[in-house]
This record gives sequence, structure tokens and C-alpha cells, in this order.
Amino acid sequence: MWNVLRAELTKLRRPSLSVSTLLAVTFVTSLITSVLFLLVDSPEGNGERGVRISRDVLSLPTGISLSFTNTAGLLGVVALCVFAAQTAQEYTYGTLRNLLVRQPSRMKILIGKLGAMKLFAIVMVAFSAIVGIALSYLFAGVKDISTQAWSTSDAKTAVWHSFINVLIATIGYGIFGMILGLLFRSPISAISIGVIWNLIFEGLLSAFVKNIDRYFPGQLLSIVAQGGTDRISYQYALFTSYGFLLGGLAIVAFLFKKRDVAN
Amino acid sequence: MSSPLALDVADLSKKYGDRMALSHANFEVPMGSICGFVGPNGSGKTTTIRMLLGLITPTTGGGHVLGESITEPEKYLPRVGAMIEGPAFYPALTGFQNLNVLAKIGGFSTDLIAGLLDLVGLGDRGNSKYKTYSLGMKQRLGIAAALLPNPKLLVLDEPTNGLDPAGIHEIRTLLRKLADSGTTVFVSSHLLSEIEMISDHLVMLRLGKVIFAGKTIDLLAKQQPVIVAKPENISDLNKLAQIATAAGHQATITENTVHVTGTSDFSAKLNKAAFEAGITLESLTPVKASLEDTFFEMTGE
Repeated sequence: MWNVLRAELTKLRRPSLSVSTLLAVTFVTSLITSVLFLLVDSPEGNGERGVRISRDVLSLPTGISLSFTNTAGLLGVVALCVFAAQTAQEYTYGTLRNLLVRQPSRMKILIGKLGAMKLFAIVMVAFSAIVGIALSYLFAGVKDISTQAWSTSDAKTAVWHSFINVLIATIGYGIFGMILGLLFRSPISAISIGVIWNLIFEGLLSAFVKNIDRYFPGQLLSIVAQGGTDRISYQYALFTSYGFLLGGLAIVAFLFKKRDVAN
Repeated sequence: MSSPLALDVADLSKKYGDRMALSHANFEVPMGSICGFVGPNGSGKTTTIRMLLGLITPTTGGGHVLGESITEPEKYLPRVGAMIEGPAFYPALTGFQNLNVLAKIGGFSTDLIAGLLDLVGLGDRGNSKYKTYSLGMKQRLGIAAALLPNPKLLVLDEPTNGLDPAGIHEIRTLLRKLADSGTTVFVSSHLLSEIEMISDHLVMLRLGKVIFAGKTIDLLAKQQPVIVAKPENISDLNKLAQIATAAGHQATITENTVHVTGTSDFSAKLNKAAFEAGITLESLTPVKASLEDTFFEMTGE
């Protein structure tokens, strides 16, 4: 399993993937942070779905990590794409047969791959946190928002909690991508179905059908990233979303173990 | 005492829906031999190789690889090198990085990689991305990957695809060298002349069934050798054929030559008889049956 993890990291470190992913992370984090701070006085709102987040809220100790927390959904999409592509490309390149000849235990391949991609997600989320916090300071100065509370111990705790929650959510989206990659065995199909499901299907239904987001893993993961909401608790969101994901992972892992590798 | 076996399969079958990809195959490959695995497209070669490598599950039957059951591939795969259905690598990684990935997964020393790249003639292109490789270079990288575990059994599916004649010669020499050092080589190829040159054992498939499994020389020995005689004067063709028939050999006239079944021993007798009958022969050539002839005859292709 460790051998697979080390090998997988060699693939994940390649510049075409790592640099482009970090660029994507920089882009989405910058976008969310700039909207949050630079549109603070806009009547159209500066948060998700037009919500207004005031200067007072941004000045709180949690204000330092708010932009980073709001980035979780898009970070999740990036993770979904990376995990799905890294899994499904083994089928399209035909490299799965090489891996299985060198490591016949299919579960070790799967666990090693997942472990390496989790490490990749940690780097991604940490990078997003650094970019988000740095830009928050920059834009707070531009918009004259007080950052006094951002250097308190409460702020440090808030950053740490946000980091953990965003990481859990990002890995969750990644696992969803991995499930789709194993199921469809094609990066294009897995990514497009994953993105359509998360952004369009779940997003639209949640906007129009009351309380349906309680049953959608993608919506629940974004609630995990926020640390829970008034309507859905953190614990419910965490256990339900991961219940769905681990159940799905167990099914595709079973298929992966039993399925003939004939391509 | 018979030699130990690198491979043995018994009643091995694989069915996809209603189609029998491999039907009740039985064969053995002795340790240290080079065994050619031949058959027309779709005859079940790759299916067999995949079952031997634990990639697909047999429908019935079983077998052993290096003394271990094929139901437990983890017990023998660390000693097996394989290239199945052509090379498959990550396009964005270099040749070196691709081998590095496989070496890490298999727990092999990465120090071997540079030497293996040199061995297959990719020493100067190891740091180029795989996607920039020609077909021949990809094939060479596939062979290098198969050699990573310093294998006791090397399974190669069409290893000479895309190689130029010099490359084919190099691979042939390499395989012979590996076999001499005790590695068993199980190689499938469409180039029957290559297989004939290098293999001492042969497994032949047709429509999912094993139609021959054994020593190559035994297979070729079953084929009647032919003497091709060409008289100086075409009008002597019938007379020459009658001389051969009278001596108890089958003779057929094909264009300007007479094809006589018989070993090379009969050549001298035929030459003498023709001379005594006043026939001058322009040429007299004993022709051994090639694997290709035998293959086409046996497979009916």
C-alpha cells in the first residue's frame, strides 16, 4: 500500500498536473476572496447566492478564514476532477494492467491511490488557505475593514477549524470523483457526470425543493465546510455525506476487485 | 525426471457471454525455455495471458505459474515480468519516471532503471516524455518495464511490434540471453519466422483451442520436407515427375518446377535418376517446412 502511495505521488507531482491544479486553486480562491471583500458594500451581496456579509462579520475572528471557507465548493470541484481523472485514466491509458501485475492486491492499489490523493488534497487546501488569508489581509486594507480580531487566538482556532472542515469536504468531493472514475472508467464521463451532478442537479433541486439538500452528499459537504448551519447540523452533514460516500466507495471497490481487467 | 515447469494450465477456459474466448486449454512450458505462443487474431492468446497474470478470472480450469496456483497471483507476480497487448504508460511522464512508478509499486530498486533503459537502447531518451516516443521506443520501454523485477518468467505479447529489423534482432538476442541465464520466456508474436528462430517450445491456438503444445522441432518434424526440382527443359517436367513417383515419392508440377515430397537424402538419388534419363536439372533444392507453412496448414488460415 505504501509502495502504491509513493508511486502515485510520482504521478501527482508532475508539473502538468500539480502546477495547473495550484493555478486553478489560486484562481478560485482569488475569485471568492475578491468578491467577498471588494463587493462588501454591494447591494447584490458578496456571499453565496447573493447573501450579504457585512463589514462587521468580516471583522470578526472568523472573518480571516471566511473567504477560504466559501471556496470549499469550488475546491471540491477541483478535487473531484483530479480524483476522477487520476482513477479513470488508468483504464483509458491501459496502465491499470501494469499496476495490477506489479501489485496484484487491488485493494492495496485503491487504498494507496486514495491515500496519495488525500495528501494532494491537503496540499491543495493548505495552498488555498494561504492564498485566501493573504488576499483577505490585502483586500481588508483596500476596503478599510478592521483586521484587529484576526490576530487573536480565536482567529487561529477559526482558521484551524476551517482548514479541517474544508479539507474533509474537499476529500469528500474527491472520493465522489474517485467513485465515478471507477464506475465509468473514463475521465471525461466521470468528470462531466460529477460536475453536472454537483453543480446543476444538486444545486438546482436544492434551490427549488425545500429540505432536499439534507439528502445530497455534495450539498452536505458544503455544509461540513461551513461547520454546519442553523438548519442542518455539522454532525448530521458529516455523517450523512460520508455515509453516502463510503457506501458508494465500498460498492465500487467490490466491483473493482471482482471485475476483469480486459482493456 | 521431467524438467520443472514455469507454466502449466489444465482445462483452462474463459467464456464471455455466449462466446468461448478460450476452451479447455492444456499446455506446459518448461523452466528456462523460450516458448512461442501463436495463433490468429482472436484465437485467445491475450485472454490466456491475462488469466495467467491474474487480470481476469477463468470460467473453469486452472493452472500454475512458477509452481503457484493462478488463483494466487500475489505469490508469483513479483517474479514475473510482463508486457500485455503492447506498451501502456503515462504520456506526461518520462520513460524514466514511468519505470520509477512501476519500480516503486513493485518494491524494486530504482537503481536498476538507468541500466534497463540502456539495455533496451533508450539510455539517451530516458528523460523524454513518453508521448514523444515512436512506436518502437514505446515497445522498448515496455520490455524494460517487464525486466524490472529481474524476472524468472517473462511474458511478452507481441514484443517486436513497431521495431525495425535491427531492433527485432536486438530483442531476439536479448531474449536468447535471458533464456540462457535461466529466465523462461513466453512470447506471443505474429512474426512466425521470429518465433521459429527463437523458440524451443510452442503453443498454438486456433478459435480458442490449443491445437499444438510441445517442442518446436517436433512440430516441424511432422511436416513432410519437399525437394523442388527445376529441369533445364520445361518439356521434361512430366518425365521428372514420373521418375519421382516411380521411386515412391509424391510429385506435383507447379509452374516450371516439380515438388517432390521427401527428405534431402532423396535429392542425390533424384539427381542421378534424372541424369540417367537424359534430364539436365537447372536447380534442385531441398526445402524444410517452415513454421509459417505449418501454422497455415494447421490453422487453416
